[in-house]
Amino acid sequence: MAQKPVQFTLNGEDKAAFASDGQNLLDMLRRGVGDLSPKYGCGQGACGACTVLIDGEPCLSCLTLAETVDGKDVATTSGLSSGSGIHPLQDAFMRNFAAQCGYCTPGMLMAAKALLDRNPQPSRDDVVEAISGNLCRCTGYEPIINAVLEASRSGASQPNG
Amino acid sequence: MSKHRGKGFACINYPIGMNLGGDPSQALVHSNPDGKFMVALSSIDLGQGMKSVTRQIAAETLGVPVEDVYVDTADSDTGPHCMGSFASRGTHRVGNAVIQASQEARAVMLEAAAEEMEVNAADLMTDGKGNIHVKGAPSRSITTMEAAQAAQFKQGKTVSGRGIFLIPLSDVDPDTGEMTPVSCFAHAAMIVEVEVDDETGEIEVIEMNSSYEVGRALNPRLVEQQLTGGAWMGMSHAAWETTEPYYPERDHGPVDFNHYLMPGPGDIAPHNIAILERPAPDGPYGGKGPGEMCANPVLPAVVNAVFNAVGVRIDDLPVTPEKVLRGLQANGGAQPQARR
Repeated sequence: MAQKPVQFTLNGEDKAAFASDGQNLLDMLRRGVGDLSPKYGCGQGACGACTVLIDGEPCLSCLTLAETVDGKDVATTSGLSSGSGIHPLQDAFMRNFAAQCGYCTPGMLMAAKALLDRNPQPSRDDVVEAISGNLCRCTGYEPIINAVLEASRSGASQPNG
Repeated sequence: MSKHRGKGFACINYPIGMNLGGDPSQALVHSNPDGKFMVALSSIDLGQGMKSVTRQIAAETLGVPVEDVYVDTADSDTGPHCMGSFASRGTHRVGNAVIQASQEARAVMLEAAAEEMEVNAADLMTDGKGNIHVKGAPSRSITTMEAAQAAQFKQGKTVSGRGIFLIPLSDVDPDTGEMTPVSCFAHAAMIVEVEVDDETGEIEVIEMNSSYEVGRALNPRLVEQQLTGGAWMGMSHAAWETTEPYYPERDHGPVDFNHYLMPGPGDIAPHNIAILERPAPDGPYGGKGPGEMCANPVLPAVVNAVFNAVGVRIDDLPVTPEKVLRGLQANGGAQPQARR
Protein backbone atom coordinates (compact mmCIF):
# COMPACT_ATOMS: atom_id res chain seq x y z
CA MET A 1 0.00 0.00 0.00
CA ALA A 2 1.28 3.40 -0.90
CA GLN A 3 2.46 5.52 1.99
CA LYS A 4 2.43 9.26 1.77
CA PRO A 5 4.53 11.46 4.06
CA VAL A 6 2.48 14.10 5.83
CA GLN A 7 3.97 17.02 7.70
CA PHE A 8 1.75 19.16 9.84
CA THR A 9 1.65 20.92 13.15
CA LEU A 10 -0.32 19.34 15.98
CA ASN A 11 -1.15 21.79 18.74
CA GLY A 12 1.77 23.92 17.62
CA GLU A 13 4.33 21.09 17.44
CA ASP A 14 5.82 19.84 14.18
CA LYS A 15 4.72 16.31 13.37
CA ALA A 16 5.48 13.94 10.54
CA ALA A 17 3.73 10.69 9.76
CA PHE A 18 3.10 8.34 6.89
CA ALA A 19 -0.50 8.22 5.73
CA SER A 20 -1.64 5.10 3.95
CA ASP A 21 -4.17 5.18 1.13
CA GLY A 22 -7.56 6.17 2.39
CA GLN A 23 -6.40 6.55 5.97
CA ASN A 24 -8.45 9.09 7.82
CA LEU A 25 -7.08 11.83 10.03
CA LEU A 26 -8.59 10.38 13.20
CA ASP A 27 -6.69 7.15 12.66
CA MET A 28 -3.45 8.98 11.92
CA LEU A 29 -3.81 11.15 15.02
CA ARG A 30 -4.61 8.26 17.34
CA ARG A 31 -2.38 5.53 15.94
CA GLY A 32 0.13 7.47 13.87
CA VAL A 33 1.17 10.20 16.29
CA GLY A 34 -0.42 8.91 19.50
CA ASP A 35 -2.87 11.70 20.26
CA LEU A 36 -5.78 9.80 21.81
CA SER A 37 -7.88 12.87 22.63
CA PRO A 38 -10.11 12.81 19.53
CA LYS A 39 -12.56 9.92 19.97
CA TYR A 40 -13.85 7.36 17.53
CA GLY A 41 -17.63 7.43 17.87
CA CYS A 42 -19.49 6.40 14.73
CA GLY A 43 -16.82 6.63 12.05
CA GLN A 44 -19.25 8.22 9.62
CA GLY A 45 -19.52 11.85 10.65
CA ALA A 46 -22.77 11.62 12.58
CA CYS A 47 -21.68 12.02 16.20
CA GLY A 48 -18.92 14.65 16.31
CA ALA A 49 -16.77 12.87 18.91
CA CYS A 50 -13.74 13.08 16.56
CA THR A 51 -13.99 16.85 15.99
CA VAL A 52 -10.60 18.58 15.61
CA LEU A 53 -9.63 21.99 14.27
CA ILE A 54 -7.81 22.21 10.95
CA ASP A 55 -6.44 25.72 10.44
CA GLY A 56 -8.99 26.80 13.03
CA GLU A 57 -12.02 25.22 11.35
CA PRO A 58 -13.88 22.41 13.13
CA CYS A 59 -13.63 19.22 11.08
CA LEU A 60 -14.74 15.65 11.52
CA SER A 61 -11.42 13.87 11.57
CA CYS A 62 -13.05 10.51 10.74
CA LEU A 63 -14.17 11.92 7.38
CA THR A 64 -10.96 13.81 6.61
CA LEU A 65 -8.27 12.08 4.58
CA ALA A 66 -5.06 12.14 6.60
CA GLU A 67 -2.93 13.29 3.67
CA THR A 68 -5.00 16.45 3.25
CA VAL A 69 -3.58 18.01 6.43
CA ASP A 70 -0.11 18.19 4.90
CA GLY A 71 1.23 21.66 5.71
CA LYS A 72 -1.72 22.49 7.91
CA ASP A 73 -2.27 23.22 11.55
CA VAL A 74 -4.27 20.66 13.52
CA ALA A 75 -5.58 21.37 17.02
CA THR A 76 -7.01 18.80 19.43
CA THR A 77 -8.12 18.76 23.06
CA SER A 78 -4.62 17.66 24.09
CA GLY A 79 -3.43 21.15 23.21
CA LEU A 80 -6.05 23.01 25.22
CA SER A 81 -4.27 22.84 28.53
CA SER A 82 -0.83 24.36 28.97
CA GLY A 83 1.30 22.85 31.69
CA SER A 84 -0.78 22.43 34.80
CA GLY A 85 -3.33 25.04 33.76
CA ILE A 86 -6.51 24.11 31.98
CA HIS A 87 -8.33 26.09 29.32
CA PRO A 88 -11.24 28.26 30.51
CA LEU A 89 -13.55 26.07 28.41
CA GLN A 90 -12.37 22.95 30.25
CA ASP A 91 -12.78 24.77 33.54
CA ALA A 92 -16.30 25.85 32.62
CA PHE A 93 -17.19 22.31 31.54
CA MET A 94 -15.97 21.05 34.88
CA ARG A 95 -17.82 23.62 36.97
CA ASN A 96 -21.07 23.19 35.02
CA PHE A 97 -21.01 19.38 35.20
CA ALA A 98 -20.99 19.34 31.39
CA ALA A 99 -19.53 15.85 31.18
CA GLN A 100 -20.69 12.53 32.48
CA CYS A 101 -19.23 9.58 30.60
CA GLY A 102 -16.97 12.06 28.81
CA TYR A 103 -16.92 10.44 25.41
CA CYS A 104 -18.39 13.42 23.55
CA THR A 105 -16.41 15.96 25.58
CA PRO A 106 -13.30 16.34 23.37
CA GLY A 107 -15.49 16.94 20.32
CA MET A 108 -17.72 19.35 22.23
CA LEU A 109 -14.68 21.27 23.48
CA MET A 110 -13.19 21.65 20.01
CA ALA A 111 -16.52 22.67 18.46
CA ALA A 112 -16.92 25.20 21.26
CA LYS A 113 -13.37 26.49 20.87
CA ALA A 114 -13.89 27.04 17.14
CA LEU A 115 -17.01 29.04 17.98
CA LEU A 116 -15.37 31.21 20.63
CA ASP A 117 -12.32 31.82 18.44
CA ARG A 118 -14.47 33.39 15.74
CA ASN A 119 -17.24 34.74 17.96
CA PRO A 120 -16.08 35.54 21.50
CA GLN A 121 -19.56 36.65 22.62
CA PRO A 122 -21.97 34.08 21.18
CA SER A 123 -25.68 33.98 21.89
CA ARG A 124 -27.32 30.84 23.22
CA ASP A 125 -28.54 30.07 19.69
CA ASP A 126 -25.01 30.47 18.37
CA VAL A 127 -23.80 27.87 20.88
CA VAL A 128 -26.60 25.45 20.01
CA GLU A 129 -25.75 25.85 16.32
CA ALA A 130 -22.03 25.35 16.95
CA ILE A 131 -22.47 22.04 18.81
CA SER A 132 -25.39 20.79 16.72
CA GLY A 133 -23.11 18.28 14.98
CA ASN A 134 -22.11 16.70 18.28
CA LEU A 135 -24.20 14.07 20.02
CA CYS A 136 -24.21 13.65 23.79
CA ARG A 137 -25.94 10.74 25.48
CA CYS A 138 -25.70 11.80 29.12
CA THR A 139 -26.09 15.48 29.82
CA GLY A 140 -29.17 16.59 27.89
CA TYR A 141 -26.90 19.33 26.39
CA GLU A 142 -28.12 22.01 28.78
CA PRO A 143 -25.01 21.92 31.01
CA ILE A 144 -22.77 21.99 27.92
CA ILE A 145 -24.53 25.03 26.49
CA ASN A 146 -24.28 26.76 29.87
CA ALA A 147 -20.59 25.92 30.12
CA VAL A 148 -19.77 27.40 26.72
CA LEU A 149 -21.71 30.57 27.52
CA GLU A 150 -19.92 30.87 30.85
CA ALA A 151 -16.53 30.35 29.22
CA SER A 152 -17.33 33.09 26.71
CA ARG A 153 -17.95 35.50 29.57
CA SER A 154 -14.63 34.61 31.19
CA GLY A 155 -12.57 35.30 28.08
CA ALA A 156 -12.04 31.78 26.77
CA SER A 157 -11.24 33.10 23.32
CA GLN A 158 -7.75 34.08 24.48
CA PRO A 159 -5.21 31.50 23.33
CA ASN A 160 -4.49 29.13 26.20
CA GLY A 161 -6.71 31.10 28.49
CA MET B 1 -54.28 21.99 9.48
CA SER B 2 -52.81 23.42 12.62
CA LYS B 3 -50.69 22.85 15.65
CA HIS B 4 -52.27 21.77 18.91
CA ARG B 5 -50.84 22.09 22.38
CA GLY B 6 -51.52 19.65 25.16
CA LYS B 7 -50.30 18.86 28.64
CA GLY B 8 -49.68 15.45 30.09
CA PHE B 9 -49.03 14.32 33.62
CA ALA B 10 -47.25 11.30 35.01
CA CYS B 11 -46.03 10.25 38.40
CA ILE B 12 -43.93 7.31 39.48
CA ASN B 13 -42.91 5.33 42.50
CA TYR B 14 -39.48 4.07 41.75
CA PRO B 15 -37.97 1.12 43.66
CA ILE B 16 -34.28 1.54 44.43
CA GLY B 17 -32.36 -1.57 43.47
CA MET B 18 -33.86 -4.98 42.90
CA ASN B 19 -34.43 -8.00 45.05
CA LEU B 20 -35.10 -11.02 42.93
CA GLY B 21 -32.24 -13.01 44.43
CA GLY B 22 -30.85 -10.78 47.13
CA ASP B 23 -29.02 -7.64 46.18
CA PRO B 24 -25.64 -7.36 47.91
CA SER B 25 -22.67 -5.05 47.43
CA GLN B 26 -19.40 -5.01 49.32
CA ALA B 27 -16.80 -2.40 50.13
CA LEU B 28 -13.30 -2.66 51.61
CA VAL B 29 -11.59 0.33 53.18
CA HIS B 30 -8.00 0.62 54.36
CA SER B 31 -5.58 3.37 55.21
CA ASN B 32 -2.11 3.81 53.86
CA PRO B 33 0.80 4.89 56.04
CA ASP B 34 0.24 8.49 54.95
CA GLY B 35 -3.15 8.43 56.66
CA LYS B 36 -5.07 8.53 53.41
CA PHE B 37 -7.80 6.01 52.79
CA MET B 38 -8.51 3.67 49.92
CA VAL B 39 -12.05 2.48 49.24
CA ALA B 40 -12.04 -0.63 47.06
CA LEU B 41 -15.22 -1.32 45.12
CA SER B 42 -16.24 -3.32 42.10
CA SER B 43 -19.08 -0.89 41.48
CA ILE B 44 -18.47 0.88 38.23
CA ASP B 45 -18.67 4.63 37.70
CA LEU B 46 -20.20 5.16 34.28
CA GLY B 47 -19.96 8.91 34.72
CA GLN B 48 -22.97 9.06 36.99
CA GLY B 49 -20.80 9.92 39.98
CA MET B 50 -20.40 6.66 41.88
CA LYS B 51 -16.80 7.52 42.79
CA SER B 52 -17.68 11.05 43.93
CA VAL B 53 -20.59 9.95 46.10
CA THR B 54 -18.87 6.96 47.72
CA ARG B 55 -15.84 9.18 48.36
CA GLN B 56 -18.05 11.70 50.16
CA ILE B 57 -19.74 8.94 52.15
CA ALA B 58 -16.41 7.38 53.18
CA ALA B 59 -14.93 10.75 54.19
CA GLU B 60 -18.01 11.63 56.22
CA THR B 61 -18.00 8.30 58.05
CA LEU B 62 -14.26 8.12 58.61
CA GLY B 63 -14.17 11.74 59.73
CA VAL B 64 -11.38 12.71 57.35
CA PRO B 65 -11.17 15.30 54.54
CA VAL B 66 -12.67 14.16 51.25
CA GLU B 67 -9.25 14.82 49.66
CA ASP B 68 -7.81 12.04 51.85
CA VAL B 69 -10.07 9.38 50.32
CA TYR B 70 -9.38 7.58 47.08
CA VAL B 71 -11.99 5.32 45.52
CA ASP B 72 -10.62 2.45 43.48
CA THR B 73 -13.07 0.78 41.11
CA ALA B 74 -10.36 -0.47 38.81
CA ASP B 75 -10.95 -4.18 38.64
CA SER B 76 -14.01 -6.28 39.43
CA ASP B 77 -11.79 -9.40 39.44
CA THR B 78 -9.75 -8.20 42.40
CA GLY B 79 -12.23 -5.89 44.15
CA PRO B 80 -14.94 -6.96 46.59
CA HIS B 81 -18.13 -8.22 44.97
CA CYS B 82 -20.85 -5.89 43.69
CA MET B 83 -24.04 -6.77 41.83
CA GLY B 84 -23.48 -3.82 39.49
CA SER B 85 -24.29 -0.26 38.57
CA PHE B 86 -27.92 -0.52 37.55
CA ALA B 87 -31.46 -0.18 38.89
CA SER B 88 -30.46 3.08 40.61
CA ARG B 89 -28.89 0.92 43.31
CA GLY B 90 -25.35 2.32 43.48
CA THR B 91 -25.69 5.14 45.98
CA HIS B 92 -28.06 3.18 48.22
CA ARG B 93 -26.49 -0.29 48.25
CA VAL B 94 -22.82 0.58 47.82
CA GLY B 95 -23.14 3.68 49.99
CA ASN B 96 -24.40 1.56 52.88
CA ALA B 97 -21.56 -0.92 52.40
CA VAL B 98 -19.06 1.94 52.40
CA ILE B 99 -20.50 3.29 55.66
CA GLN B 100 -20.13 -0.10 57.34
CA ALA B 101 -16.58 -0.57 56.11
CA SER B 102 -15.61 2.98 57.05
CA GLN B 103 -17.03 2.61 60.55
CA GLU B 104 -14.88 -0.46 61.14
CA ALA B 105 -11.77 1.27 59.76
CA ARG B 106 -12.48 4.40 61.80
CA ALA B 107 -12.71 2.33 64.97
CA VAL B 108 -9.25 0.86 64.36
CA MET B 109 -7.86 4.30 63.53
CA LEU B 110 -9.20 5.68 66.82
CA GLU B 111 -7.86 2.67 68.76
CA ALA B 112 -4.44 3.25 67.25
CA ALA B 113 -4.62 6.94 68.12
CA ALA B 114 -5.81 6.14 71.63
CA GLU B 115 -2.89 3.79 72.23
CA GLU B 116 -0.49 6.40 70.92
CA MET B 117 -1.99 9.18 73.06
CA GLU B 118 -2.57 6.96 76.09
CA VAL B 119 -6.24 7.84 76.32
CA ASN B 120 -9.51 5.94 75.91
CA ALA B 121 -10.62 5.55 72.26
CA ALA B 122 -14.16 6.45 73.28
CA ASP B 123 -12.89 9.89 74.31
CA LEU B 124 -11.52 10.69 70.87
CA MET B 125 -13.11 12.49 67.95
CA THR B 126 -12.10 13.54 64.47
CA ASP B 127 -12.28 17.12 63.21
CA GLY B 128 -12.78 16.20 59.56
CA LYS B 129 -9.58 18.06 58.70
CA GLY B 130 -7.12 15.22 59.27
CA ASN B 131 -6.80 15.47 63.06
CA ILE B 132 -7.89 13.25 65.93
CA HIS B 133 -8.27 14.91 69.32
CA VAL B 134 -9.60 14.35 72.81
CA LYS B 135 -13.22 15.47 73.12
CA GLY B 136 -13.29 18.90 74.69
CA ALA B 137 -9.53 19.27 74.40
CA PRO B 138 -8.67 20.08 70.78
CA SER B 139 -5.05 20.76 71.70
CA ARG B 140 -4.51 17.11 72.66
CA SER B 141 -4.43 15.90 69.11
CA ILE B 142 -2.55 13.81 66.58
CA THR B 143 -3.00 13.66 62.84
CA THR B 144 -4.65 10.76 61.07
CA MET B 145 -1.31 10.18 59.38
CA GLU B 146 0.39 9.78 62.77
CA ALA B 147 -2.31 7.37 63.86
CA ALA B 148 -1.98 5.37 60.64
CA GLN B 149 1.80 5.23 60.98
CA ALA B 150 1.61 4.18 64.64
CA ALA B 151 -0.78 1.38 63.65
CA GLN B 152 1.37 0.29 60.75
CA PHE B 153 4.87 0.53 62.19
CA LYS B 154 4.52 0.29 65.98
CA GLN B 155 1.30 -1.49 66.88
CA GLY B 156 0.99 -3.96 64.02
CA LYS B 157 -2.63 -3.08 63.24
CA THR B 158 -4.30 -2.74 59.86
CA VAL B 159 -6.51 0.32 59.79
CA SER B 160 -9.15 -1.32 57.67
CA GLY B 161 -12.80 -2.19 57.47
CA ARG B 162 -15.18 -4.50 55.69
CA GLY B 163 -18.68 -3.60 54.64
CA ILE B 164 -21.56 -5.31 52.94
CA PHE B 165 -25.12 -4.26 52.36
CA LEU B 166 -27.60 -6.99 51.59
CA ILE B 167 -31.30 -6.80 51.06
CA PRO B 168 -32.11 -10.46 51.76
CA LEU B 169 -34.10 -12.40 49.23
CA SER B 170 -37.76 -11.84 49.94
CA ASP B 171 -39.82 -15.04 49.75
CA VAL B 172 -43.39 -14.96 48.62
CA ASP B 173 -45.92 -15.89 51.29
CA PRO B 174 -47.68 -18.94 49.77
CA ASP B 175 -51.01 -18.03 51.37
CA THR B 176 -51.22 -14.33 50.64
CA GLY B 177 -48.70 -13.79 47.85
CA GLU B 178 -47.21 -11.06 49.96
CA MET B 179 -43.53 -10.18 49.62
CA THR B 180 -41.19 -7.29 50.21
CA PRO B 181 -39.44 -6.81 46.91
CA VAL B 182 -37.95 -3.45 47.79
CA SER B 183 -37.11 -1.43 50.90
CA CYS B 184 -36.79 2.04 49.50
CA PHE B 185 -38.85 4.02 47.00
CA ALA B 186 -38.10 7.31 45.28
CA HIS B 187 -40.92 9.36 43.77
CA ALA B 188 -41.44 11.80 40.95
CA ALA B 189 -44.17 13.77 39.22
CA MET B 190 -43.93 15.50 35.89
CA ILE B 191 -46.01 17.72 33.61
CA VAL B 192 -44.97 17.93 29.97
CA GLU B 193 -46.36 20.33 27.40
CA VAL B 194 -46.16 19.28 23.76
CA GLU B 195 -47.19 20.73 20.44
CA VAL B 196 -48.56 18.34 17.84
CA ASP B 197 -48.66 19.24 14.16
CA ASP B 198 -51.78 17.55 12.76
CA GLU B 199 -50.49 17.85 9.20
CA THR B 200 -47.07 16.24 9.66
CA GLY B 201 -47.74 14.26 12.82
CA GLU B 202 -44.60 15.69 14.39
CA ILE B 203 -44.51 16.43 18.08
CA GLU B 204 -42.37 18.97 19.84
CA VAL B 205 -41.78 18.98 23.58
CA ILE B 206 -42.32 22.61 24.67
CA GLU B 207 -41.61 22.45 28.37
CA MET B 208 -41.10 19.98 31.19
CA ASN B 209 -41.85 20.66 34.84
CA SER B 210 -40.96 18.03 37.37
CA SER B 211 -40.45 17.32 41.00
CA TYR B 212 -38.27 14.49 42.27
CA GLU B 213 -38.12 13.08 45.76
CA VAL B 214 -34.72 11.42 45.93
CA GLY B 215 -34.02 11.07 49.63
CA ARG B 216 -31.15 13.31 50.63
CA ALA B 217 -29.32 14.72 47.62
CA LEU B 218 -25.85 13.65 48.74
CA ASN B 219 -24.27 15.62 45.92
CA PRO B 220 -26.86 18.16 44.76
CA ARG B 221 -25.09 19.09 41.52
CA LEU B 222 -24.75 15.44 40.50
CA VAL B 223 -28.43 14.88 41.27
CA GLU B 224 -29.36 17.87 39.13
CA GLN B 225 -27.09 16.59 36.37
CA GLN B 226 -28.74 13.18 36.46
CA LEU B 227 -32.23 14.64 36.34
CA THR B 228 -31.43 17.03 33.48
CA GLY B 229 -29.68 14.43 31.37
CA GLY B 230 -32.10 11.65 32.21
CA ALA B 231 -35.14 13.69 31.20
CA TRP B 232 -33.54 14.28 27.83
CA MET B 233 -33.09 10.54 27.45
CA GLY B 234 -36.73 10.04 28.43
CA MET B 235 -37.78 12.59 25.81
CA SER B 236 -35.70 10.75 23.30
CA HIS B 237 -37.26 7.39 24.19
CA ALA B 238 -40.71 8.98 24.02
CA ALA B 239 -40.44 10.56 20.60
CA TRP B 240 -37.27 9.49 18.79
CA GLU B 241 -35.34 6.39 19.67
CA THR B 242 -36.11 2.81 18.79
CA THR B 243 -34.12 -0.15 17.61
CA GLU B 244 -37.28 -1.92 16.41
CA PRO B 245 -39.56 0.57 14.66
CA TYR B 246 -41.94 -2.14 13.39
CA TYR B 247 -41.51 -4.79 16.08
CA PRO B 248 -41.92 -7.78 15.79
CA GLU B 249 -40.98 -7.16 12.16
CA ARG B 250 -37.27 -6.40 11.97
CA ASP B 251 -37.63 -4.17 8.91
CA HIS B 252 -36.24 -0.66 8.83
CA GLY B 253 -34.23 -1.12 12.00
CA PRO B 254 -31.60 1.59 12.37
CA VAL B 255 -27.97 0.73 11.73
CA ASP B 256 -26.34 4.08 12.47
CA PHE B 257 -26.93 7.52 13.96
CA ASN B 258 -28.49 8.73 10.71
CA HIS B 259 -31.39 6.39 11.33
CA TYR B 260 -31.26 5.93 15.08
CA LEU B 261 -32.55 9.37 15.93
CA MET B 262 -31.84 11.32 19.06
CA PRO B 263 -32.64 14.93 19.86
CA GLY B 264 -29.75 17.30 19.34
CA PRO B 265 -28.93 20.42 21.33
CA GLY B 266 -31.51 22.36 19.30
CA ASP B 267 -34.32 19.97 20.27
CA ILE B 268 -34.13 20.18 24.03
CA ALA B 269 -36.99 21.68 25.98
CA PRO B 270 -36.75 23.89 29.06
CA HIS B 271 -36.98 21.69 32.14
CA ASN B 272 -37.78 23.12 35.57
CA ILE B 273 -36.89 20.70 38.34
CA ALA B 274 -37.79 20.81 42.00
CA ILE B 275 -35.79 18.42 44.16
CA LEU B 276 -37.49 17.31 47.36
CA GLU B 277 -35.27 15.81 50.02
CA ARG B 278 -36.87 13.33 52.38
CA PRO B 279 -34.02 11.25 53.78
CA ALA B 280 -34.57 7.51 53.42
CA PRO B 281 -34.41 5.63 56.75
CA ASP B 282 -32.26 2.86 55.28
CA GLY B 283 -30.29 5.03 52.84
CA PRO B 284 -26.67 6.13 53.33
CA TYR B 285 -27.09 9.51 55.05
CA GLY B 286 -30.63 9.37 53.72
CA GLY B 287 -29.74 9.03 50.04
CA LYS B 288 -31.82 7.01 47.59
CA GLY B 289 -30.87 6.90 43.92
CA PRO B 290 -31.77 9.25 41.08
CA GLY B 291 -30.48 7.02 38.29
CA GLU B 292 -33.00 5.39 36.01
CA MET B 293 -36.03 7.13 37.42
CA CYS B 294 -35.10 10.46 35.86
CA ALA B 295 -35.99 9.13 32.39
CA ASN B 296 -39.12 7.23 33.41
CA PRO B 297 -41.91 9.79 33.94
CA VAL B 298 -41.18 11.60 30.68
CA LEU B 299 -42.54 8.79 28.51
CA PRO B 300 -46.07 8.50 29.94
CA ALA B 301 -46.27 12.28 30.36
CA VAL B 302 -45.48 12.84 26.68
CA VAL B 303 -47.97 10.20 25.58
CA ASN B 304 -50.66 11.78 27.80
CA ALA B 305 -49.81 15.22 26.44
CA VAL B 306 -50.25 13.99 22.89
CA PHE B 307 -53.67 12.62 23.83
CA ASN B 308 -54.55 15.92 25.49
CA ALA B 309 -53.46 17.83 22.37
CA VAL B 310 -55.12 15.84 19.59
CA GLY B 311 -57.08 12.99 21.18
CA VAL B 312 -54.81 10.26 19.83
CA ARG B 313 -53.96 7.58 22.37
CA ILE B 314 -50.62 6.00 21.53
CA ASP B 315 -49.62 2.84 23.39
CA ASP B 316 -46.53 1.94 21.45
CA LEU B 317 -43.31 3.93 21.79
CA PRO B 318 -41.81 6.00 20.36
CA VAL B 319 -44.50 8.47 19.37
CA THR B 320 -43.53 8.79 15.72
CA PRO B 321 -45.22 11.11 13.21
CA GLU B 322 -46.52 7.99 11.44
CA LYS B 323 -48.34 6.76 14.54
CA VAL B 324 -49.78 10.20 15.23
CA LEU B 325 -51.05 10.54 11.64
CA ARG B 326 -52.57 7.05 11.66
CA GLY B 327 -54.31 7.90 14.90
CA LEU B 328 -55.59 11.19 13.54
CA GLN B 329 -56.88 9.41 10.45
CA ALA B 330 -58.68 6.80 12.53
CA ASN B 331 -60.31 9.53 14.62
CA GLY B 332 -61.27 11.63 11.61
CA GLY B 333 -58.94 14.45 12.61
CA ALA B 334 -57.62 16.15 15.70
CA GLN B 335 -59.84 16.04 18.77
CA PRO B 336 -58.23 18.33 21.31
CA GLN B 337 -59.16 17.38 24.86
CA ALA B 338 -59.98 19.75 27.66
CA ARG B 339 -57.02 21.84 28.77
CA ARG B 340 -56.13 21.47 32.38
